[in-house]
Amino acid sequence: MLSTAIVIATTLVCIALILNLWRLFIGPGRPDRILALDTMYINSIALIILFGIYSGTTLYFEAALLIAMLGFVSTAAMCKYILRGDLIE
Amino acid sequence: MNLLWVVLLPLIGTLVPLFTERFGRNICTLSVALLPAWSLILVLMYAVDIFDGQAIRQTIEWIPAIGLDLSFRLDGLSLLFLLLILGIGLLVILYARYYLSAKDSMGHFYAYLILFMSAMVGIVISNNLIQLWMFWELTSISSFLLISFWSHKSEARKGARMALTVTGAGGLALLAGLLLIGNMVDSYDLDTVLASGDLIRSHAAYPVALVLVLLGAFTKSAQFPFHFWLPHAMSAPTPVSAYLHSATMVKAGIFLMARFYPALAGTDLWFMIVSLTGLITLLIGAYVALFKHDLKGLLAYSTISHLGLITLLLGLNSDLAAVAAVFHIINHAIFKASLFMAAGIIDHESGSRDMRKLNGLMKYMPYTATLAIVAALSMAGVPLLNGFLSKEMFFAETLNQSTLGSLSWMIPLLATVGAAFSVAYSLRFIHDVFFNGEPIDLPKTPKEPPRYMKVPVEILVGLCLLVGIFPAYVVGDLLHVASSAVLTHDVPVHSLAIWHGFNIPLFMSFLAMVGGATIYYNRRHLFQFQSQFDEPDAKHIFEGVVQSIVNASERIISALENGSLQRYIFLLLLFTLVMAGLPLLDLVQNTGSRPQIPLDGVTVTGAVLLVLSAIATVIWYRRRFLALIFLSVVGLMVSLIFAKFSAPDLALTQLSVEIVTIILLLLALFFLPQSTQKESTNRRLSGDLLISGLLGCVIGTICFAMLTTPLDTISDFFLANSKTGGGGTNVVNVILVDFRGFDTLGEITVLGIAALGIFKLIAKMRIYMPVRDDDGRAWSNDPHPMMLEMVSQSLLPLAILVSVYIFLRGHNVPGGGFIAGLITAVAIIQQYIAHGVQWIKPRIKIDYQWLIAGGILIATTTGLGSWIFDKPFLSTWFDHFNLPWIGEFELASAMLFDLGVYLTVVGSVMLILANLGKLTTSERFEMKEND
Repeated sequence: MLSTAIVIATTLVCIALILNLWRLFIGPGRPDRILALDTMYINSIALIILFGIYSGTTLYFEAALLIAMLGFVSTAAMCKYILRGDLIE
Repeated sequence: MNLLWVVLLPLIGTLVPLFTERFGRNICTLSVALLPAWSLILVLMYAVDIFDGQAIRQTIEWIPAIGLDLSFRLDGLSLLFLLLILGIGLLVILYARYYLSAKDSMGHFYAYLILFMSAMVGIVISNNLIQLWMFWELTSISSFLLISFWSHKSEARKGARMALTVTGAGGLALLAGLLLIGNMVDSYDLDTVLASGDLIRSHAAYPVALVLVLLGAFTKSAQFPFHFWLPHAMSAPTPVSAYLHSATMVKAGIFLMARFYPALAGTDLWFMIVSLTGLITLLIGAYVALFKHDLKGLLAYSTISHLGLITLLLGLNSDLAAVAAVFHIINHAIFKASLFMAAGIIDHESGSRDMRKLNGLMKYMPYTATLAIVAALSMAGVPLLNGFLSKEMFFAETLNQSTLGSLSWMIPLLATVGAAFSVAYSLRFIHDVFFNGEPIDLPKTPKEPPRYMKVPVEILVGLCLLVGIFPAYVVGDLLHVASSAVLTHDVPVHSLAIWHGFNIPLFMSFLAMVGGATIYYNRRHLFQFQSQFDEPDAKHIFEGVVQSIVNASERIISALENGSLQRYIFLLLLFTLVMAGLPLLDLVQNTGSRPQIPLDGVTVTGAVLLVLSAIATVIWYRRRFLALIFLSVVGLMVSLIFAKFSAPDLALTQLSVEIVTIILLLLALFFLPQSTQKESTNRRLSGDLLISGLLGCVIGTICFAMLTTPLDTISDFFLANSKTGGGGTNVVNVILVDFRGFDTLGEITVLGIAALGIFKLIAKMRIYMPVRDDDGRAWSNDPHPMMLEMVSQSLLPLAILVSVYIFLRGHNVPGGGFIAGLITAVAIIQQYIAHGVQWIKPRIKIDYQWLIAGGILIATTTGLGSWIFDKPFLSTWFDHFNLPWIGEFELASAMLFDLGVYLTVVGSVMLILANLGKLTTSERFEMKEND
C-alpha cells in the first residue's frame, strides 16, 4: 500500500517539478519566475522526504530541512532584489 | 671553535650598522669592524693547522631529507682568500669612514658591504656545490646594492643593473654547470668532486659542464667578452671599487677556476678556452686602460688586464703557472686596492677624477702621491715591489709552454706587449696626476686627506714593499699552502727570490719597461690614432640588447595575452580538449564491467530538469537575473542528485553554498548592468559552441568510463579506519577534520585571507544607486517590509538551533563545522536583508575579523595541542564518557578543530557579504541613461 502511494506521490511531484520549470521558462514576469523557483524548492522537499520514506532512512531529513530554510532565504533575497534592488540597506 | 662562525659572524654583522648608525660615525665604524675582525682572528687561529698541511672540514645538517648539509672546508686557498676578504675588508671599512659624506647613509653602506663580505667568505669556505652557488648569487645581489649605492645617479643605476644582469646570467650558467658536475660524480660534496677529476674529464658531458662553469667565472671576473660591466661598475663609491673590483668579487671567478682546477683543468679544451680568453682580456684591458681619462676607468681596465693575466696563467695547464697565478692574486689585490683608495682620496680631496685636469698633485699632497706612486710602480712591475715578482714568474711560464704548437712563441711576445702597455698606463697614472704642470680648474684645491684615511693605503703599500723585498719570508708559506690546495699534489720547486740572474724573463721585463716608456712618450700619436675610431659605448649596446629582449618578450606576451577573457578561456579549453581528448582516441571500449544502475522516472526527471535549466542559463546569460534563477535550479538539482546517490554530506554542503552564492551574486548583480548587449559575432558563437560541445562530450565520456569501471580507491581505507582511528562514523567529516586536517587548516586559512582581502578591497568604496530599476519602475518605498522582518526574526533562533545540531552531530552523521557555519551565516544575512545594517549594528557587536582570527587560532591550537602529548601535529584524540541524565557521549579533539572551522566560515562569509551590502549609499539618484 505504502509503496504504491509513494510511487503515485513521486510521479505527481515529478510532474509538478516539470510544470514549475515550464513556468520558469514562459514567465512572463520576474515574480512568476521567483514563485516557480520557490515552488521547486517545496517540491524538492517533498521528493526528498518521499525518497527517505522509500529507502526507510532518516538520513535525508536534514537535507529537506535545509531546503525549507534556505529556500526561503533565497526567495526572500530575490524578492527584495526586485523590490529595492539593494539587498542589504 | 667552529668554522660556521667564520661566515656567521659577518652575516650577523650585517645588522650591526643599522643599530649603531645613530651613535655617530666613529662608533658605527668601530662596531661594524668588530665582528669581521673577530672572524679574522678565528681564521688566524686556524691558520696554524693549515700551515701544517691540514684542511679543516665541518658539516652541519641542514635539510637532511634532500641531502643538503651546511658544509665548510678551510684549506690553503680558502685561507688566502679569507685573509684578502677580511683583511682588505677591514681596511675598506676604515677607509669608508672618511670617504662617505654626511649625506650618505653610513648604516646602509656598511650593511651592504658586510653582507657582501659574508657572501664572499661563504663562497671560499663552502664545501658543497649548491651552497657555494648560493653565496655566489648573494655576492651578485649585494654588489648590485653597493654599485647602485648612489641611486640618485642614473649611471650608478645603469651600471648596477648591467653588473647584475651579466653576473646573474653567469650565475645561472654556473648553477647548470655545477648541477651537471654533481650529476657526474653523484655528489655535491666539493671534496668528492675535486677527487674525481679523471671521472669528470672523461665524462661525455665534460665540455658542456666546463663551458657553463667558465661562463660563471668569466662573467664574474670580467673576462672578455663580458668585461664591459666592470668599467661601468665604477660609478660605485670608491671604497666599493677598492674592495669589490680589485680584491674580492672579480677574484671570485678566479677563485672558482682555482678551486675547480683539480677537477676541470688539464685538458686541451681547458687550455684553449681559459688561456686564450685570458690572453685576449690581458691585451684589451692593457690597451684600453691607456686611453681612459677617468682615473677609476684606467684602474678598471687595468684590473681587467690583470685578471686576464691570472686567467691566462691558470689556463696554461702547468703547475708552476698555477703557483704564479696564486701569487699574482695576492699581489694584484694588494697594489690594486691601494691604488683605488688613492684614486678615491684624490677624487675626495680635489673633486675630480679626470686626468686631463688633475696635474701636479705632488705639490699638494706629497705623502699620498708617494704612496700612490709606489703602488703604481708595483702595478707596472718594477723590481723591489711585489708586482715585479709575479710578473717575472708569469714571463717564465709563458716561455715554458708549447701548447700552441709552432705558434707557441706568440704567447711570450704578446705577454710582453701587454706588460709594456701596463707600464705605459702606470706611467700615465703617475706622470699625469702627480706631475705634468699645474692642475686645471679643479672644483677644490687639493690637500692631504685626514690622517686615518691614509692608514689603509699605508698598510697596503707597506705590504707591496715587504712582499717585494722579502717575498719568501712574508708570503712564502701562504703561497705554498694555497698552491698545494689548487694543485692537490706537491707544489713544484719554485724560488721566491728577487734576483734570478740574467735570464729571458728579466730581459722581457726590461723590454716591457722600455716599450712602456716609449709608448707613453709617444702617446699623442696613439691617442690620435685611437680617436679616429668611434668608441662603442657598452651601456648603449647593453641597454639596446636588454630593450630588444624586453620588446620580443612583450610581443610574445601580447600574442598570448591580449586581455580578452574569452580568448583565455578558449585557449584553456582547447588545451584541455587536446590533452583530455587525445588519450580517448586509444580507448576502444568506454563501458566498463561494472553493472549499471537501472534508470527510474525520478532520476530521468531530475536529469531533464538539470539539463534544460543549464541550457537555459546559457541561452539567457545576458539577462542576468533570469540566468541566476536558472542557475539556482541547476544547484538545487545537483543537491538532489547528491542526496539520491548517497552523498548526504555533499547535498547539505551544496545547498548551503548554493544559497550563499545566490546572495553574493544578487549583491554584486546590483552594481552591474542588468543586461548586456550582444557582443560576439555569430561565427565566433558557433566556434565557441563547437569547442564547448566537444569538451562536454569528452568530459562526459571520461565520466562514463570512470563510473563504469570498477576501481580500487582509497575510500576503503577511510571507511575502515574512520571509526577506529578518528572516532567518528561520518567518514566525510572524519576525513576533513582528522585524516586530512592539515588540508582543512590550510583551506580555512586561505578562506580567511580571501575574506580579509575582499574586505580591504571594498573598504571605503561607495557606489551610488539608480532611482529606478532597469524596467523603469520606481523602487518600492518600504525598505524593510514588516512581514519579512517578523518571519526572518523568528527564523533566526530556529536556524541557529539547526546549525548547532548539525555541528554537534557532524562527527558521526552528515553535518559538521563547515555546513553549520554556512547555515549560521545565512541566518544572520537574512537579518541584514530584513532589517538593514542600522538595525543590526547595535545588536550584533561581533567583529567578524576577530571571528576569523579566533577560528584559525582555535584550529591551530588544537593541532599544536597534540605536541604536548608527544604526538605529531594535528593528531586527534577521542574518548567516550558517561554522565548521569545525559548518558554516554563522545568527546573528540576533532570537535574543537571543527569549531575553529565553524567560526572561520561564519566570520569569512559575514565579512564578505555584510561589507558588500554596505557598499551602497542611502541616497539614490536618477541615472541619465538606462543601458
